[in-house]
Amino acid sequence: MTAAETAVTAVAAVTGVTAETAKTAETVDPAAWSCPAPLRDSPTIVMGHGGGGAMSAELVEHLFLPAFGEAAATELDDCAVLAVGSARLAFSTDSYVVHPLFFPGGSIGELAVNGTVNDLAMSGAMPLCLSTAFILEEGTPLADLARIATAMGAAARRAGVRLVTGDTKVVDAGHGHGVFVNTAGIGLIADGVDIRPARVRPGDAVLVSGDLGVHGIAVLSCREGLEFGTALESDTAPLHGLVATMLDRDSSGQHPDVHALRDPTRGGLAASLNEIARAAGVGIDIVERSVPVPAAVADACGVLGLDPLYVANEGKLVAFVARDDADRVLAAMRRHPNGRGAALIGTVVEDHPAMVVARTAFGATRVVDLPVGEQLPRIC
Amino acid sequence: MRYLEEFRDPELAERLLKEIHAVTTRPWALMEVCGGQTHSIIRHGIDQLLPESIELIHGPGCPVCVTPLEIIDKALEIASRPEVIFCSFGDMLRVPGSRADLFQVKSTGGDIRVVYSPLDAVTLAVDNPDRQVVFFGIGFETTAPANAMAVYQARQLGLRNFSLLVSHVLVPPAMAAIMESPACRVQAFLAAGHVCSVMGTDEYPPLAERYRVPIVVTGFEPLDILEGVRQAVVQLEAGRHTVDNAYPRAVLAEGNPAARAMLHAVFEVTDRAWRGIGTIPRSGWRLSPDYREFDAELRFDVGGLRADESTACRSGEVLQGLIKPHECAAFGAECTPRHPLGATMVSSEGACAAYYLYRRLEPARAGAR
Repeated sequence: MTAAETAVTAVAAVTGVTAETAKTAETVDPAAWSCPAPLRDSPTIVMGHGGGGAMSAELVEHLFLPAFGEAAATELDDCAVLAVGSARLAFSTDSYVVHPLFFPGGSIGELAVNGTVNDLAMSGAMPLCLSTAFILEEGTPLADLARIATAMGAAARRAGVRLVTGDTKVVDAGHGHGVFVNTAGIGLIADGVDIRPARVRPGDAVLVSGDLGVHGIAVLSCREGLEFGTALESDTAPLHGLVATMLDRDSSGQHPDVHALRDPTRGGLAASLNEIARAAGVGIDIVERSVPVPAAVADACGVLGLDPLYVANEGKLVAFVARDDADRVLAAMRRHPNGRGAALIGTVVEDHPAMVVARTAFGATRVVDLPVGEQLPRIC
Repeated sequence: MRYLEEFRDPELAERLLKEIHAVTTRPWALMEVCGGQTHSIIRHGIDQLLPESIELIHGPGCPVCVTPLEIIDKALEIASRPEVIFCSFGDMLRVPGSRADLFQVKSTGGDIRVVYSPLDAVTLAVDNPDRQVVFFGIGFETTAPANAMAVYQARQLGLRNFSLLVSHVLVPPAMAAIMESPACRVQAFLAAGHVCSVMGTDEYPPLAERYRVPIVVTGFEPLDILEGVRQAVVQLEAGRHTVDNAYPRAVLAEGNPAARAMLHAVFEVTDRAWRGIGTIPRSGWRLSPDYREFDAELRFDVGGLRADESTACRSGEVLQGLIKPHECAAFGAECTPRHPLGATMVSSEGACAAYYLYRRLEPARAGAR
């Protein structure tokens, strides 16, 4: 067996989930969900359930967790950390349904590799290998699939991960959007690295690795045939190299104390900050003017009535770093090609726990909430 | 000049704020008419920076908020039909009708498309000759010209499968209705700049004269709003009531003649119901007789629908500036953006949603204002 295959077998052994041991609730009764404003008002899945915001969180809390019962993990992170012998493995999965399949700066192929690589990297792991599963719609041109597969191969080589197993299914014409891709990945976490939301505490510096909103606006401009005068390209990129640079040991052999990392994809920076604030039970204060938003993104958001804080990124991260190590980590980020535009945007505070507050350019404050579902362009 | 950053300059804002503080000697209540202005005020925290004695009352100019429930229910009914492709601007999708919203209709098989221009809906009609394409034409004088153009083009193209579900409303009659209300506290208006960029300013001097109220045409960026406030306060302090244009980079006195000509050809003035406010005479547009064949309400026979409003929702009072959003008992409790009772909690231009999104941190302070 290869190292990766060994790891996969080990994971199955560790999680210990088999048909005999997995306890599942008999049925899930949507009407009995406990939340005061649960999903009951919509008996069907709506687009907002996939938006990465409050509705997605409700679906996990009120449908998946009760249904999974004791089989479910207790820590609900994008990436699970599993102890295998003395090693710690990171394990994550993600599905890619982006439309259009090809957009300025990339395709669903790069996203499917980089997205899962980044989910692993956000736990501090060095990604090792990915699975690739395709759901293809009948009638999809082979040339499109070849382009996507080629992009995946190139992205995997760039990220230094191997594509070790996979699956292909075809659905009837009209039952898919051309190509859906799922990837799952495994990575290895080095000794001394402990990166998870629960470690975030008041006083931590909040850093972002560069310009925000680029991917979301690039895809939107392409999808809707909108032209904004400036050509924006998706920022899709693997981030584990940047993370490794951030974690470089100092002369005494110590890692800087990076408490948590997030890649602000769906729901943008606002969703990532809110998730961390809730998971760690802390408040987060950000200074609006210090958040790097390129002019082209700001202009497009102005036209469409979108807020750049909620627009998706595919090659950026937000880091929560112990105050004393913040300058060192920020300098390290700026030395890396994927972190040249890194900036300190705020601080973790004791006040207003589970809430994110932005100081506006004029010195006033506003709450930056978790997005409800899909961000909707305004009428005028 | 990028027409954005320049109008968000903190130093210039500071200077305008100083001037506003210097000229203000008494309490004044100003209404910003447009929901876009409300959004900008709350998002940037402008109301927190003004003198304590200046109150901003949030006006009815959110197109999503004032669209009557009955029209939403008609939209849901039409959008559910298998032959229909229903096109809408994005933020109408989450507005609750009596029983569902457009998202839910979409999830149960309705073909609902978010478009950025009504002309995209015309293209869809050309590309799908066997389907009926309906565009949800709501909003003020700002969105109306493009909707008029869509209907005009549909007729030029001889399209028999395009129609408009129209619920257009007009700003000046609503301003008059607010001033006629016995509970009215508005002492000056920040008029909606983009409405004026289409319609010009001719309609406002009679209003200013009749109600002895200053009207300042105002833009949407922080500096635009501060300049609008400054000019309004200067007028109030001097006892004047004229129409001033604080948004000259976008607004000419005559408006946009080409857009106005298109509007007059395609639409005619009619009475309109405003959600939460009631019917205001001659306050909206419907398709003129020449274009009535493109009216979705006639094409799909949805005349019999009756709508049930939530009894807990006080959006009508919010829209008239009689209460602030957080003064409603349902605010933040039964009524949140996730589970809105009324449209003011849905659109980001709605006063309730703006308060919920940006202002929960300091309800006490907002309550004191």
